[in-house]
Amino acid sequence: MNGSAPLLEIKGLHVEAVLPNGGIATILDDISLTLGRGEVMGLIGESGAGKSTLGLTALGAVRGGAYVRSGEVKLDGVDLLKGGPALLRDIRGRRVAYVAQSAASAFNPAFRLIDQVIETSVQRRLMSRAQARQRAIELFARLELPSPETFGEKFPHQASGGQLQRAMTAMAMCARPDLIVFDEPTTALDVTTQIEVILAVRQAIREEGMAGLYISHDLALVAQMADAILVLRHGKMVESGSTAQVIEAPTADYTRRLIAARNLRHAPQPERPPLLELKGIAAGYGNVSIIEKLDLVVPQGRTLAVVGESGSGKSTLGKVICGLLPHRAGSLAFAGRRLEPDMHRRPLDDLRDIQMVHQNPDLALNPRQRVGEIIGAPLSRFQGLRGAARDVAVAALLEQVELKPEFAERRPGALSGGQKQRVCIARALAARPRLIVCDEVTSALDPLVADGVLKLLARLQAEQGVSYLFITHDFGAVEALADHVAVMRHGALVAAGPARQVLNPPYHPYTEALIRAVPELRLGWLDGVIAARATQTPDRRST
Amino acid sequence: MSLTDATSRPAAPSRLSGVPVMLAALFCLACLVCALGADWIAPYGEADLVAMPWQAPDLAHPLGTDQLGRDMLSRIIFGARTSIGLSLAIVTLAFMVGGAFGLAAVTLGGWADAVISRVVDLFMALPPLVLALLALSVSGTSLVTLTLVAAFIASLRVFRLTRALGVDIAARDFVDVARLRRDSTARIMWREILPNAAIPLISEFGLRFVFAFLFVASLSFLGLGVQPPTADWGGMVRENVGALNYGRLTPLVPAAFIALLAISVNLIGDYVVARRGGAR
Repeated sequence: MNGSAPLLEIKGLHVEAVLPNGGIATILDDISLTLGRGEVMGLIGESGAGKSTLGLTALGAVRGGAYVRSGEVKLDGVDLLKGGPALLRDIRGRRVAYVAQSAASAFNPAFRLIDQVIETSVQRRLMSRAQARQRAIELFARLELPSPETFGEKFPHQASGGQLQRAMTAMAMCARPDLIVFDEPTTALDVTTQIEVILAVRQAIREEGMAGLYISHDLALVAQMADAILVLRHGKMVESGSTAQVIEAPTADYTRRLIAARNLRHAPQPERPPLLELKGIAAGYGNVSIIEKLDLVVPQGRTLAVVGESGSGKSTLGKVICGLLPHRAGSLAFAGRRLEPDMHRRPLDDLRDIQMVHQNPDLALNPRQRVGEIIGAPLSRFQGLRGAARDVAVAALLEQVELKPEFAERRPGALSGGQKQRVCIARALAARPRLIVCDEVTSALDPLVADGVLKLLARLQAEQGVSYLFITHDFGAVEALADHVAVMRHGALVAAGPARQVLNPPYHPYTEALIRAVPELRLGWLDGVIAARATQTPDRRST
Repeated sequence: MSLTDATSRPAAPSRLSGVPVMLAALFCLACLVCALGADWIAPYGEADLVAMPWQAPDLAHPLGTDQLGRDMLSRIIFGARTSIGLSLAIVTLAFMVGGAFGLAAVTLGGWADAVISRVVDLFMALPPLVLALLALSVSGTSLVTLTLVAAFIASLRVFRLTRALGVDIAARDFVDVARLRRDSTARIMWREILPNAAIPLISEFGLRFVFAFLFVASLSFLGLGVQPPTADWGGMVRENVGALNYGRLTPLVPAAFIALLAISVNLIGDYVVARRGGAR
């Protein structure tokens, strides 16, 4: 082992990929970084920036179709790119480990967790089976998993998403590697679960003295985890430096925009009469009740934000309002008239008045249709437009959502995530609705792109007076749009009222827990949380 | 996500070369020409006894003769008409019926789906050959009944595939959007679901086409398929199988044509899939 060399040194790394049409795409362009022992570096960038590719090269791996054109990846002075498969096999799992974004799909559902956690250590003969089990149990305790002695006996489906993510971290740490690559380990989790995971992971990293590459699109989160930050964009290094330097004195314009993102504020608006009223709504699937006795009001031309964790029933609420899932009890009133529970029994006008924009534009847009057909279908149905008149209307709608008219000829596959979501919004607007149900519309988008979509929604409301029922778990989006806020938990309302009342002290305890769990973009935020928790009762292990 | 070692050299872009596809297309075209113009192209009649049985290939009979002394080349050419025509009719019908019911089942859902699926399960529980024998002995053997029965049996599997593909697609949000727009069931099936299931269905078409061939051949073996003296490739393999005992390769001639057509149809199917970017 070469004592003077840094743990990981990447120099002038170029990675390219062969495209299906035979062309070449540059994925990483001249990347260099140095990581010392026990340090954590955050890799920040939007999707497609190349941050996962960079993380994988630390394991000497690339995705299929990609290859390293030039550069060095040295682990303890040994170039991984020049070593053979035997060297790479020796290093992976033992010296460098990887934690994937979705632990749920990374575990084999047919084996108990403990067997998968200790597999590498035992197979490499680093420890005996008994030693490895002991170590795994130690790690489970360190990562604050419930009843660490027996936790490993569970099968993956018996553990929650947050627990699996921590079990995967234990799997990576088990063989005492020098470096762990975390690839968006908390992106798929709720904020309250996320904070449990990052707290546990950060403490474990510090106590074990391991180095980490922490990949994320969430700058506020990375600022809590990392000693240094590298900002990537389109495969190029935009900025790198210590965390304090990058957060407090960013030099690149892109970094400044990232830091300024999520700071949209919605000015209070005068009260308006209700458009949609829910009274005592109950709904569910089969024998499972998801929503119970829910009362909500969406005012005309205003936004009601519905906030809650996954499983709180907020997406089910959207389906009930659209009539996709008929409610079992209670009543829906829209603009003074009663709404049928089942969409099939609603008059066409009711269907037109309530439109929906979904979370994942990839599932919401038919990949085989052109944008012009997608936006044109509601124009034909609700406005009876055909031929050239319809084309003109499509172009006008595209312009409203800030897309060029040429987009009408493209298919969704040729659009970026933000552009697709704009097409979904245009399709909803095509019906000239009075209410749009927005179900997590920004959660699949990168921060800057999400900001653009939020601004668009705010502008459309100001211009057209459309109301939004905005379902989200993102408090940044709530502050950007909401006039009223309803907080949901386990299918029931926890708190509801004007935004400035719900989102300011005195909070409801659950609202406060949700708000406190959102990472803030300042140094030491997580330390503050840890300190606050230390003063509370220590039994706050999450499920 | 497939990973490779960063030390490995870039893989050459794998491209479906155009040459095999061209040859496959030429072969299919030739078969089609034979099928349509058999009366003019074939040197001898379909049922004419022109030489001794199982003669080796020579100038007069480039592919030799069959077990009765009929010209093999002529029978292959006439057989193309029966075999390809029959298989094409069977598979086309099977896809129209099975596909339509499969799409209807996923689009309507609920009890309609349950009823159709259970009925299909019922028929699939019976061995296809037994089912065909039963149906043909009741309805009598003609090319029309043969086509209908074989198409029905093939449509069961097409239904299952279409339904399996469609269930996934019908659960996507854009189908909800179409429903909320009150699009008709037929429109949702045709415009929203089918285009997204088309690519696997196209490759399945090539495979089913070949199976239809073999199915007709096995029915012929039992005397319920194509009736002599009409030539069909599957039946010709069976008729001539005895030649192998005498060291003659005669049955391999129709077998080779079946294999060539099977490969060609599948190559073209794969090419269509690759061209439409179906690697998802």
